[in-house]
Amino acid sequence: MTEDFCASNGNIMILACSGGSNVGQLSNQAAIELTREGVGKMFCLAGIGAQLSGFVQSAWDVETMVAIDGCPVGCAKAILEQAKVPLKNHLVITELGIEKNKNLSLRAEDIARVKSAVFDACGIKPGTALTPKKANCCG
Amino acid sequence: MDIKILGPGCPKCEQTLKIVNEAVTETGVDAKIEKVTGVMEIAGYGVFGTPAVVVDGEVKCVGKIPKKEDVKAWLKK
Repeated sequence: MTEDFCASNGNIMILACSGGSNVGQLSNQAAIELTREGVGKMFCLAGIGAQLSGFVQSAWDVETMVAIDGCPVGCAKAILEQAKVPLKNHLVITELGIEKNKNLSLRAEDIARVKSAVFDACGIKPGTALTPKKANCCG
Repeated sequence: MDIKILGPGCPKCEQTLKIVNEAVTETGVDAKIEKVTGVMEIAGYGVFGTPAVVVDGEVKCVGKIPKKEDVKAWLKK
């Protein structure tokens, strides 16, 4: 468990709006899969919204971050702005050509499109995964 | 003043502890410094990584070794 906390070197903080629509849940699912694949680490946007110092300071201090909003309402972006956290990388899923609706049965091709957009936003190559040492542990 | 150093005990955590100790000594502030190494307790602070420094319940830095000048500034407030 130690490695779960030891430093955040090289780790991308992934913040998903996780809203109640297909695009909100696409942001959530993409964040989960990118975390599982070792590309980055999903982090709690609600904690930042609640202005809890650990979450806000983490967002301030992390080197690389991506905020994923489902739609142009931009809740993730607004939360970061309210917490005065600089917006480093940001994408809006509806701008990828995915229409917002209330169908929460997500399509694999849409998830893949969002993940690909995250790679583009962060300037990393698809298939990139941090090694466990780099991802988790400081030295 | 209550200061907590969050981290499992890696070299960066130890270096952070050293810097905080020096800052406290040099400023003469009356402070209690505590190492927090338990995963669940660290998780309770909502930090993305360690080391992290908490001063009187407020997280001041996360995932990096703080500069001594910054620590001294936190102690003055």
